[in-house]
Amino acid sequence: MNVCTQITPRRHALAAGMLLTLGLVLGVARAADAPAPDSPDALILNLATEVLDTIRNDKAIQAGDFARVQKLVNERILPHVNFDKMTRLAVGRGWRDATAEQRSALTEQFRTLLMRTYSGALSKVTDHKVRLRPSHGQDGASDVIVRTQIVPSQGDAIGLDYRLEKTEAGWKIYDLNILGVWLVENYKNEFSATLNQGGVDALVKALTDKNQKLAAGSK
Amino acid sequence: MRALLCVLLVSLAGCATVPPTAGSNPADPYERINRHVFAFNDGFDRHLAQPVARGYVWLVPTPVRNCVGNFFANLGEVGNFINAGFQAQVSDAATDAGRFAVNSTVGILGCFDVARRFGWERNRQDFGLTLGKWGLEPGPYVVLPFFGSRSVRDAVGEIPDYFTDPLGYLKPPRSYYALYGTRFVDRRSQFLDTSGLVDDAALDPYVFVRDAYLQRRRSIVHEGEAPPPALDDDPDSPPAVKPASTVPGGGK
Repeated sequence: MNVCTQITPRRHALAAGMLLTLGLVLGVARAADAPAPDSPDALILNLATEVLDTIRNDKAIQAGDFARVQKLVNERILPHVNFDKMTRLAVGRGWRDATAEQRSALTEQFRTLLMRTYSGALSKVTDHKVRLRPSHGQDGASDVIVRTQIVPSQGDAIGLDYRLEKTEAGWKIYDLNILGVWLVENYKNEFSATLNQGGVDALVKALTDKNQKLAAGSK
Repeated sequence: MRALLCVLLVSLAGCATVPPTAGSNPADPYERINRHVFAFNDGFDRHLAQPVARGYVWLVPTPVRNCVGNFFANLGEVGNFINAGFQAQVSDAATDAGRFAVNSTVGILGCFDVARRFGWERNRQDFGLTLGKWGLEPGPYVVLPFFGSRSVRDAVGEIPDYFTDPLGYLKPPRSYYALYGTRFVDRRSQFLDTSGLVDDAALDPYVFVRDAYLQRRRSIVHEGEAPPPALDDDPDSPPAVKPASTVPGGGK
């Protein structure tokens, strides 16, 4: 009778059981911290959870209906976003040379571009969950970063961070970080190339053309 | 196959549009060459990699594809563990080892990512990141044929990465190529949804991909705690006033 063959599987089971218990303990410890109700953390967590729930229960959005995505973004997300600031930062120095009409055209076109781009991503949400990642040393600050992860049922978690500013109307988002990439920063370089070549009008035109092309492609 | 590649290479080599300002960004001194390679990679991706990956998704059911993806990710834990060790990331290295042990056994050769269910997330690592943690700057941005975006630092890191990749030790070579090919198709298939995003989002996909790559690598080296970019905000600047001559009807 070979003793080893009997003991080895039992040892594996024991090791697996110990690992599992440790994992459960860690998991519970992580789930325990809840953010203070008025904090930017709570705002983001509630907003993200609400948006994910809405998409999960909306067949039209899942089918990629752009009008429905637009409605969701306008009603739920945009009230918490300082889009003027976002556009201003992305346009950078060119903002000073822009007239009031050009400024509102830039804001409008940039918003449409982002909505068109991300409506596709939003429509792919299925059983994703939101999880706050710890952010530290921000108590009392008026400009904070909230770090979250979007956790799909299969595959790696996606890092999604928000930069917020405290205003009289509450906390407002003005930049997003997806997988380590800040949105405003990424658009700034692209925009500056166009601005250097043809000024503000060229940028308005480039964005408008781009949006028209995307609108034509989605129909 | 080789003939097809030649045709692709020749037909795509002239396709890149290089703006007159190319190379003026200090992070990208080789922009002229990079844009050509980028156009070539894009053609290769559109005409060969994407169709193959789509075929794979169409042919193979999702649970099997998940299993294949997890299998290769599990082999990747070897490199993750070694690099976490080089970076003295003790807790990450422990997680990597634990993940590899659990997923290789309970998870049946890595087919199921069991370890993830108790909160052991994968820590993707490579030698380029190790060099970054040791303080080496990324250096100029380069676009490598087939590999895509790299910094010089990360391109050099590919060499040690080859040696920490278990697939490299497979014999005979035929099985190595078969698995390497499968892994390539599997990886491409996981990003089919997102590749359209860059085309949609970007005014100039080359610049968009370059800046996203550089930002992302910097962020990982700083473990997601990189200071956010300094933004030049001037909320009170009054809008410019149009010169009289361009106002419609101004000449009347």
